[in-house]
Amino acid sequence: MESTAELLFILPAIIVAIGGVLVMMIDAFSDDADKSYWTATAVLGLALIFSIRDMFIPGGTAFHDMMVYGGIAAYGGSVVLFGTFLCVLLSRDYLKAIGYHFGEMYSMILFATTGMVILVGANTLITLFLGIETMSVALYVLAGFIKKDKAGIEAALKYFLLGAFATGFLLYGIALLYGASGSIILTDIAATENQGVLFWMGVAMLFVGFFFKISAVPFHMWTPDVYQGAPTNITAYMATAAKAATIVAFILVLGRALYAVQSEWTTVLSTIAVITMILGNLIALVQDNIKRMLAYSSIAHVGYILVGLAAGTATAYSAVMYYIFAYTLMNVGAFGVVAYFEKQKGCDFTSVENYAGLGYKFPLLGVLMSIFMFSLIGVPPFAGFIGKYLVFSAAIAEGLTATVIVAALASVVAVYYYLRVVIYMYMHEAKESYNFVPPTLAFTVTLTIIAALILYFGIIPAGLIEVITNGVSSSTMLEANGISY
Amino acid sequence: MIALHWYLALSAVLFIIGVVGVLTRKNAIVIFMCAELMLNSVNITLVAFSAHLGDVHGQILVFFSLCVAAAEAAVGLAIIIAIFRNNLSVDITRINLLRW
Repeated sequence: MESTAELLFILPAIIVAIGGVLVMMIDAFSDDADKSYWTATAVLGLALIFSIRDMFIPGGTAFHDMMVYGGIAAYGGSVVLFGTFLCVLLSRDYLKAIGYHFGEMYSMILFATTGMVILVGANTLITLFLGIETMSVALYVLAGFIKKDKAGIEAALKYFLLGAFATGFLLYGIALLYGASGSIILTDIAATENQGVLFWMGVAMLFVGFFFKISAVPFHMWTPDVYQGAPTNITAYMATAAKAATIVAFILVLGRALYAVQSEWTTVLSTIAVITMILGNLIALVQDNIKRMLAYSSIAHVGYILVGLAAGTATAYSAVMYYIFAYTLMNVGAFGVVAYFEKQKGCDFTSVENYAGLGYKFPLLGVLMSIFMFSLIGVPPFAGFIGKYLVFSAAIAEGLTATVIVAALASVVAVYYYLRVVIYMYMHEAKESYNFVPPTLAFTVTLTIIAALILYFGIIPAGLIEVITNGVSSSTMLEANGISY
Repeated sequence: MIALHWYLALSAVLFIIGVVGVLTRKNAIVIFMCAELMLNSVNITLVAFSAHLGDVHGQILVFFSLCVAAAEAAVGLAIIIAIFRNNLSVDITRINLLRW
């Protein structure tokens, strides 16, 4: 059977899905949550290996055009799986410290990841919808994982209600696009002639759904509340893997279904990008809670990513793909450090002022946090700088100079709130002494590896960029249709 | 034979009722019902297009969207029960721990 051979192309998704069920079974028959933890780590590692292997095979479609494989689908899958892998590695310490180390969290993470891996390979509107929803429903559960925590449950409720609302728009957009084009396959939608009001209504609704899921202004209201209320390891997961998967799916929709009408949506995306960057950065300035500050910073980063999407060339898509990788590394790292300090019993360690003097008390964690913050600012030689540089130069090449000027100014504003953390860590005296449990070896090593990768891909990005560029040209329809880039 | 646009109009009206409900109501369960109404109104659009185009994909998508709505209901009601236990209320104006 042809389809049996095609199963190999979605092997990472299959591994993660089976792994999720396996972890759930292990959790049902064993009290030791560590078993679930190690199983989840092994499953994610295995899926990651297969996903990275897929990056080097020529791209194509499988299951009667339902899925794309290879190219950016494999690359997006690798970023998602790597981000999840790191989040899971950092989860155990945090969950143990707050007394909520249960195995079902890992199985929910694996189910959400299954949705994400399907999502990055979506080639039809059905696969797209199912991927997004599998991811979202599992994330609603994860956000409210700590039932006793009022803020966590409130975050879950807000996430759920607004998420269901956004799903309505997404599905209506899908229905209208299907009606206008007569097909659910992305590449067939591109062939629609004389798009009427139904087509454009569909595109608009679909965009609203996507903007909600990637938290672009003005659809960002849920993000700060959810990121602040959810357990910190889940916040890291939502801010990185979930966002990366949705952005890759957005690129697939733009690059496979809507490339022919690009002139119509470039303005929309760059306008949204501008207000997202300005609002995200300005509100982040006044945040005192570090999780909330990072939430607004992630909104601002979505703004920079939208600048790249607005440019809509293969170069710009490659730049965005690089950016989401750098963004994943930086944010997992930053939230990891936040999780370590926050989880200490008997103190509420979420305010920036609590970080006073910690740089000297924990030299390694201080240096690592500074690396993540400087990379988030976009200072060379860190990966965040290369990401911003690639996105902005691709946008300038497409004539979006005004947008890029706003983006550059917004990044300058961002320096304040990122540096504030570093300044508190090194230039303020600690007000009181806390008794900290020292971080475990696995925790420190994971964070150090993240920081090393940020440095490595900031200094030597060429190899990765080449892989991404090949992937983008095989997965989007720009080259095949002679669209200039 | 009823023309396609009647189905689309019915679906659009139901969708708008859902949107207005989500935006104006205060009870979390009613908001959730309105969100479900939005999803189900889209199903009418999908089935209508599917019959009109003679293409079965739209109806398949309806089955998936029903599954998703069911999964969302399971998770959503669980979250609403948890919030009721914490706050003794499902009025969203009284659930305001997190704000900027």
